Amino acid sequence: MAYSEKVVDHYNNPRNVGSFAKDAPGVGTGLVGAPECGDVMKLQIKVNLQTGVIEDAKFKTFGCGSAIASSSLATEWLKGKTVDEAGKIKNTDIVNELKLPPVKIHCSVLAEDAIKAALADYKTKWIKEGAAAASST
Amino acid sequence: MALKFPIFMDAQSTTPCDPRVVEAMLPYFTEKFGHPASRNHPFGWEAEGAVDAARAKVARLIGARDPKEVVFTSGGTEAINLALKGVAEMYREKGNHIVTTAIEQRAGLDTCKRLERQGLAVTYVPVQPNGLVDVDEVRKAITDKTILISVMFANNEIGTIQDIAAIGKLAKEKGIIFHTDATQAVGKIPVDAEAMGIDLLSCTAHLIYGPKGVGALYVRRKGPRVRLAPMIDGGGHERGMRSGTLPVPLVVGFGRAAAICEEVMPEERARLAKLRDRLQDAILGSVDEAFLNGDPERRLPQNLNISFAYVEGESVLMGLNKETALSSGSACTSATLEPSYVIAALGASSELAHSSIRFSLHRFNTEEEVEWVARRTIEVVKRLRDMSPLYELAKEGVDIKSIQWKAE
Repeated sequence: MAYSEKVVDHYNNPRNVGSFAKDAPGVGTGLVGAPECGDVMKLQIKVNLQTGVIEDAKFKTFGCGSAIASSSLATEWLKGKTVDEAGKIKNTDIVNELKLPPVKIHCSVLAEDAIKAALADYKTKWIKEGAAAASST
Repeated sequence: MALKFPIFMDAQSTTPCDPRVVEAMLPYFTEKFGHPASRNHPFGWEAEGAVDAARAKVARLIGARDPKEVVFTSGGTEAINLALKGVAEMYREKGNHIVTTAIEQRAGLDTCKRLERQGLAVTYVPVQPNGLVDVDEVRKAITDKTILISVMFANNEIGTIQDIAAIGKLAKEKGIIFHTDATQAVGKIPVDAEAMGIDLLSCTAHLIYGPKGVGALYVRRKGPRVRLAPMIDGGGHERGMRSGTLPVPLVVGFGRAAAICEEVMPEERARLAKLRDRLQDAILGSVDEAFLNGDPERRLPQNLNISFAYVEGESVLMGLNKETALSSGSACTSATLEPSYVIAALGASSELAHSSIRFSLHRFNTEEEVEWVARRTIEVVKRLRDMSPLYELAKEGVDIKSIQWKAE
């Protein structure tokens, strides 16, 4: 199977690979997928607790090139968005941007799940403490 | 010598034609174009002579006593289909049970699945963690309705070589026909149908530096004389077992390829095993938690199959595929979107099946290529581990199996 140029680019130059300390202020972590299915994504956001804006995002992915590209793209898109805006990213946006073939759509679904899981974790941990919390509900 | 890219190390999927094979084939496309079944003119005689010579060469390579025991087919898949379906139909009054293994290639497994839908019973004998079939398990699976035992000679993914002579002996003792899919073994290691008690043997030209589109089924003529119901009806070619005009140029190429393999096998085997060991040592020596799949001793000299824990196989191939052709047992690289059933049959976790990479060497690989592929594989695996959440968890001391994963 030939990959789209964008998938190859994200695979070769993944954006925002890495990890934040899970309990650092404003950090939300999503860990989705399953090793036996061949893909696991860990996606983390770091939210400014004053403004509710995602200031940084990081990922680590076990999976095929399209899974790596989907999560790399997701971190790019998350940065600078508010928590509310981030919740609106859809897997179809990722499919269109990366031109994923039908057999790779599950990679984009997993990336959307990872975003949602990270946002949920952030809300559980930090929603009471940040001034921006009200705007993110 | 400068390296030429891409490097081919996927020789258990196919091999390049040896230039000597192509040379032998060429005249049979043009000036020597006769039909080998044309009995009454020189064009036919010439073609028949060429086919007979090729048949004798293939017979020698597989240890057939009589060249007539070689039936040409379109390849390994057809040979396997003919063996299994041909026996099932011909001997259906004698019984309706087949014993095979869980790690046969798809042509074998899917043919058995079809026969099951048609009312036959099939026992799929499991393999041990090293990929070897326990001959006692085969013995235990036999019933008074068993008409066929079908066990592959050497596995296409992990290269494991089964104890074919022992299974042949068992089959003889029980009076059951024994088929072996020897597509990966023929031309690579000694195969002797006569001495090993094999009744039916499938092989193909394109895995022994011959052309694609031709293979053969060995059908024993004596002790016992095996009969098969044909799948293709027509002019009664190939002793009535496989009608259809023989592709003479391909058959000639198959013969030439077989003769070359026979001639170079001792030297080539040793050379490829040495290259393979070098590749294996380089990789296993520098990557932690990389596991060899299959038996370390009883395997094809050109095969190396390694699971790299915490990285997914397709992503490894993607990092290399501009420069190196390899293959993987990952779901993402299979047509069925399932991870390798061969690696899974070894009892490994599905995760390790997703992480398996097969390196398969061939006649024209060089030491420089092996060194380069080893170095690049190590680089790519390390890079992918740096971005693997599983590797990170493992390094933190978390037991990955203790996490509640939500499978899709």
